This record gives sequence, structure tokens and C-alpha cells, in this order.
Amino acid sequence: MQNQLNESANLASRTKTNTIRLGLWNAAWVLSMVLAAFGPKLIWDFNTPLSVLGVLLNLGVGFKMISCNKAYLKGLDELQQKIQFEAMALSLGVGLVVGLSYELLEDIKLITFEPEIPHLIILMAITFMIGLIMGGKRYQ
Amino acid sequence: MKNRLKVLRAERDWTQANLAHAIEVSRQTINAIETGKYDPSLSVAFKLARVFELPIEDMFQDTEAT
Repeated sequence: MQNQLNESANLASRTKTNTIRLGLWNAAWVLSMVLAAFGPKLIWDFNTPLSVLGVLLNLGVGFKMISCNKAYLKGLDELQQKIQFEAMALSLGVGLVVGLSYELLEDIKLITFEPEIPHLIILMAITFMIGLIMGGKRYQ
Repeated sequence: MKNRLKVLRAERDWTQANLAHAIEVSRQTINAIETGKYDPSLSVAFKLARVFELPIEDMFQDTEAT
């Protein structure tokens, strides 16, 4: 037992490292999104090559963030992975079903404003957090 | 599936955290296995068997088969 205690990699420290890395790349992605969205208007006056570069940078950082998220998930133990999986399934399902109904509301003139993608992303993020909390409680 | 994890762990005077660290899972996972809320994978079951130096069938019982 003592040997296994000494030899085993520390799950908690690995998760902490992966979480920090994911958080940093997440922040970088948000910043690159801000740059790509507001740079053309506020910094480089819609210069096409710079705008393309901004979008490419945003995509590149986004893909790196996805890869960090994958590493983060792989670094978790199997129950934590299961909780994440169930939360993601809930979030994707609710996003798909509610997103399409939301879009329909405008098509059939039940709402006057146009549905926006950020509304859907906020809904999915909230649903994901609820899924994580529910999963955490279920396996407590 | 039933298991004797809690009893075996108590016999050895190990905490859930000790055991979790030894097989590289979270303490929450050990607790969920002990309370029967979660059935571990074969990989985790083999790790537990190694740590306790017992055959898997001495630790886990298939309730559907009995």
C-alpha cells in the first residue's frame, strides 16, 4: 500500500494543473475573440489581411483550448468523467431541443426579436453547470 | 453489484483518501463505490484487488447471479 501511495501519480495535482491550463487557454480564446470582433473597427480600420489574421488567431487558440479540454477530461478519474459526460449530454440535448424551439418562435411570429446564438450558449453553459451539480450530488 | 470495500478498508485502517490515492481515483469515487452508487470499471476493480491483495470475486458480488 505504501509503495502504491508513493508510486501513484497525484490525481489532484494533475487535475489542478490541467484545470489551470484549460482556464488560461479559455481566457486566451475569449481575448482572441474580443480582438477578432472589435479589432477591425477599433484598431485596424477593417484592414482585410489583419481581420483574416484575427479570425485565424481566434480559431487557432480555440482549437488549442479544445485540445486542453480533452486533456483535462482524460486526466479525470472514471467517475468524474462520467459526471462530465452526463452533464455534456444534458447540455447538448437541452441546447438542441430548446434552441430549435427558440428559433421556431420567431419563425411563427410568437416573438418579435431575432434569436441570438449567445442566448443558446448561455443556456447550454447554465445547463452544463446544473448537470455537474446534479452529478456531484448523485454520486456523493 | 455489492462490494465489501468499506469492511476491507476498515480492517486495514485505511481512509477513503488513502485508498483513493493508492489507485489514483478521487475520494468521491471510493465513496460512491462503497455506497453502491457506482460500479467501477474492470481496470479500477483490478487495481483495488491489487491493493487489497485479494481476488476480485472476494471483493465484489454480482447480486443478479445470486
